[in-house]
Amino acid sequence: MPKHEIESLLRESFPDAEIDIKDLAGDNDHFQATIVSNSFAGKTRVQQHQMVYQALQGKMGAELHALALKTEIPLDN
Amino acid sequence: MDSVQERIKNDVTNNSVVLYMKGTSQMPQCGFSAVVVQILNTLGVPFKDVNVLEDVEVRQGIKDYSNWPTIPQLYINGEFVGGCDIVREMYQAGELQALLKEKGILSK
Repeated sequence: MPKHEIESLLRESFPDAEIDIKDLAGDNDHFQATIVSNSFAGKTRVQQHQMVYQALQGKMGAELHALALKTEIPLDN
Repeated sequence: MDSVQERIKNDVTNNSVVLYMKGTSQMPQCGFSAVVVQILNTLGVPFKDVNVLEDVEVRQGIKDYSNWPTIPQLYINGEFVGGCDIVREMYQAGELQALLKEKGILSK
């Protein structure tokens, strides 16, 4: 799944976020995403990652094989 | 009730630490699963491994059970703790060790 597609899906759900996506293997199939967003405040890591999976609308595990996630809340909060 | 869901519920309830993974703890077949196995082994935590590659029903069932789309999945005392990223982060922060001690799985 192309990187820009991941990015636009994430931006739809996290419009205020800082998003950084790296293609780890150069195969468009193993990515690492760091997302910094206020919407993660007060949520457990599992909940935060579930929000990201929902943003990807079912593509995780299908067109997207591996996505290493780092979710964070902005420091200047 | 769906029997796969029942089986999963029994497994995570009757075993303190359960890892749904690809491959076995002796022979992981996926890098992400291997990372979690390595962390558990380093901490000396006994756990039950379930190889989802051997069981197509569990492979899908576990994703429905936790509402989480990927493998590996680590359960501690019946609760879904996370996949590879979360487990690694918790381990690096010392949170995983603290949780295991709190649950009486690791001695203090």
